[in-house]
Amino acid sequence: MKDVHLSVIIATFALMLLWISLSGYFNALQLGLGFVSSVAVIWLTIRLKLLTFDGVRLALLPRYPLYLLWLIRQIIWSNLLVARIVLSPRMPLHRQIVLTKPKQHSDMATTIYANSITLTPGTVTVDSSEDGLLVHSLAKVFADGVLANEMNNRIAGLETNIPKDEQA
Amino acid sequence: MIVDALSWILLISGSAFCIISAIGVLRLPDYFSRIHAAGILDSVGTGALILGLMLQGGFTLVTVKLFMILAIIVITGPTATHALARAALHGGLTPELDEEEAPSNS
Repeated sequence: MKDVHLSVIIATFALMLLWISLSGYFNALQLGLGFVSSVAVIWLTIRLKLLTFDGVRLALLPRYPLYLLWLIRQIIWSNLLVARIVLSPRMPLHRQIVLTKPKQHSDMATTIYANSITLTPGTVTVDSSEDGLLVHSLAKVFADGVLANEMNNRIAGLETNIPKDEQA
Repeated sequence: MIVDALSWILLISGSAFCIISAIGVLRLPDYFSRIHAAGILDSVGTGALILGLMLQGGFTLVTVKLFMILAIIVITGPTATHALARAALHGGLTPELDEEEAPSNS
């Protein structure tokens, strides 16, 4: 029960912060209206039973920036490769569909993996099933990159500090 | 001065990638390859443009709002791309492939 109270307070605070940063006004009326609407939104969320606790865990947050930096480097690099393919007169394509087995345990981490694959140009997650993720790739470099599993391992590494029984 | 130059470099390269992405959508041969070209726009195109605008904005609320836009695009872009690709596959469109059997790493 204590966790529920804490997450309600954190969520209200976050909504309030969102209100302030979007409005840019700091007078009493605006802040008061913002507070009232934040509380109203949280109340509705609780009534609809949408306030869940299995999202991104706060304990994991410090690890994400490092992964993001690595992902941005990957995105820029494969962007240049795709741009080169698109602009070259012959367009050397090697279209392939590969299957990759996600090594993550939670749905959230698998979603991050699938989204990271799609966000990186040259590879798109087409379908997901129990067998794994189907990835369409534009050229051999990209397919090999997915099959090398580096991104897979890195995202699995993001969640290793969750004990298995704690997962929803 | 340096910030201004950096911001313009980002803005111009972002625009260049948007154009390259458009060229790719026109030139690539089939639906599933064209999705990759649109992916350039999702990631580096808008990313560089918004980062450039953030540098122009400086430490203001505008920058905070731009950051929110960037975060939303980074999450919704791939989701929409995946939804399109999945819908096409399930709708019966078979991707043209240059290699038949699907390699796997499992």
